[in-house]
Amino acid sequence: MDPYLRVTDLRVSFPTADGVLRAVEGVSFAVEGGRTLGVVGESGSGKSATALALLGLHDLRRATVTGQVTIGGRELVGRPETEIRRLRGRNVAMIFQDPLSALHPYHRVGRQIAEAYRVHHRGAGRGETRRRVIEMMDRVGIPQPDRRYDQYPHEFSGGMRQRVMIAMALVNDPALLIADEPTTALDVTVQAQILELLTDLRAEFRTAIVLITHDLGVVGQAADDVLVMYAGRIVEQGHVEQVLRTPQHPYTSGLLASVPSLRGDPEADLRPIPGSPPSLTELPTGCVFHPRCRHAGALGDRCRTEPPELRVVGTGGHRLACHLPTRERARRRAEDTTRAGVAR
Amino acid sequence: MTDGPADEAGPLLRVRGLTKHFPVRGGPVRAVDGLDFEVRAGETLGLVGESGCGKSTTGRLLVRLLEPTGGSIEFAGHDLTHAGRRHLRPLRGQLQIIFQDPYASLNPRHPVGRIIAMPLRVNRIDPPGGTRARVRELMERVGLNPEHHNRYPHEFSGGQRQRVGIARALATEPRLVVADEPVSALDVSIQAQVVNLLRRLHRDLGLALVLISHDLAVVRHLCQRVAVMYLGRIVEIGDRDDIYHRPQHPYTRALLAAVPHVGQFGPAGRLRLTGEAPTPLDPPSGCRFRTRCPRARERCAVEEPALVRRDGGGQATACHFPGPDPLPAEPVRAMA
Repeated sequence: MDPYLRVTDLRVSFPTADGVLRAVEGVSFAVEGGRTLGVVGESGSGKSATALALLGLHDLRRATVTGQVTIGGRELVGRPETEIRRLRGRNVAMIFQDPLSALHPYHRVGRQIAEAYRVHHRGAGRGETRRRVIEMMDRVGIPQPDRRYDQYPHEFSGGMRQRVMIAMALVNDPALLIADEPTTALDVTVQAQILELLTDLRAEFRTAIVLITHDLGVVGQAADDVLVMYAGRIVEQGHVEQVLRTPQHPYTSGLLASVPSLRGDPEADLRPIPGSPPSLTELPTGCVFHPRCRHAGALGDRCRTEPPELRVVGTGGHRLACHLPTRERARRRAEDTTRAGVAR
Repeated sequence: MTDGPADEAGPLLRVRGLTKHFPVRGGPVRAVDGLDFEVRAGETLGLVGESGCGKSTTGRLLVRLLEPTGGSIEFAGHDLTHAGRRHLRPLRGQLQIIFQDPYASLNPRHPVGRIIAMPLRVNRIDPPGGTRARVRELMERVGLNPEHHNRYPHEFSGGQRQRVGIARALATEPRLVVADEPVSALDVSIQAQVVNLLRRLHRDLGLALVLISHDLAVVRHLCQRVAVMYLGRIVEIGDRDDIYHRPQHPYTRALLAAVPHVGQFGPAGRLRLTGEAPTPLDPPSGCRFRTRCPRARERCAVEEPALVRRDGGGQATACHFPGPDPLPAEPVRAMA
């Protein structure tokens, strides 16, 4: 099956007073219908800049976007705004972190969802539209949708507002849904409800979902595949279980080790990644992660001078940009131990 | 610094019936509605709960940025409940707060050295060796380069700014620090650095810490005791291991079950709560959690459960039907 979304060598940069800021540097991936791709990274990793490029939402007077973004067989990059707009909303929809700023405070909620529907269904009558909106509100778990249709956003709780956003995004049956930190502003018990809803909807409508998040737990719960981004690049990519269970990139394993957890020894110190992410206008040479990598010295100068390419490791599409993957390090360690044993 | 009279015997902080109602149109918001807890010297207590549970208001009450509507706060033997500025001033240095947003809580026009020294100036404290030496020492202690004391907040990363906020809170050698979501605004890799720093400070300086957080995993790594809040009340309080491994309140159990665990794949399982917390403007009658509680029965709508100790231990639960086991089936009535 042809993936619904295919991104090839995407690059996004902005000119700034301090030089060119390279937000996204050569990112490629694909998502099929009915699958969720989690995009994980910290601030400045390029995950949100990637999402905006998928929707053609970068202001091209400021940003330079190159590469290919193919959605449902149609190329997006470089197309005129009118054409992109037709695609957006109809085939591609987005939900944001903060539903309150994305809803108009003076308009009734039902009317706002109806508006999104009618933009792409110009012939739809009033009765048909209302029926469709109420059906969608019901589907995303808003109780008493016919009554709540006429309420205003401030009458909804945070979780219910996010459900309104999801209803609005799905009312046109989009084939691709981009969710940028959809649960970050929500309480943990409500987050669990929304993640379950996204998982159900994906199965029901065969939507392709791109789920952008900083939370590795959320990715494990709701995604099939994962991209780990650092300083605008993909450093590791693959099936979510494979990547999170046997991470090969020191950044991925560093992230996993630094997250406090409900299991494990609460008395043990967390193992943070030293330092902080680099400035995107002054990237390090070689591997962008090398100044924070505890293994960077193991290969002499190589990590400092030669940027690692993203290449396939192991099975199942696991890809990695590192000169010294975890598995290779383990092999070397085992060899050293054997050698030491022989010498003794 | 002189020790308070309650030093040897009583707790450092004693909170009784603490209440804060905010007057708004449509009746008071019962943000904090009758809290009882204590913090001993050198102890770490976590206040956890979801938005609107009153945990941040509680933090602001403890350091008297807000004045309580009712109840009492006793710190080192002094009654702070309605203490005025003059009465509070000598205690301010012993009681400090760290805020969530390391951007908004630092004056952008002041170099960080001056920011860190501010509590010393305000409290007219002249540290031995002088203010400058004290600032150097504080910056080193929180992992900042003391040479950078002339730099401005915008020249630091988010994690470093939070370290500046922590150094400022430590300047007066406080005995109790209230930290309100100190790592929530930080990236994951940086969050761990600051969590470790707070652990080390607690260990090395013997600070008492009240950590306010929505993140149960962070609290587990930092706190010896934990209080779980819901709609302005403590529903369960106890030692860390009791709360995390033997939670008795259905809300604590649901909260723990909802945390996505790295290394657990696919949708989270059982104990899913429906709906969201009601508004503190009009909390439900009886037990406030009953509208979302899978165990709620008629009694829960009528009678508010008190926070009672179980088995004579340190764990107290406010629930008519506590315990880890599912209750025998009884038709659960829909309650308005």
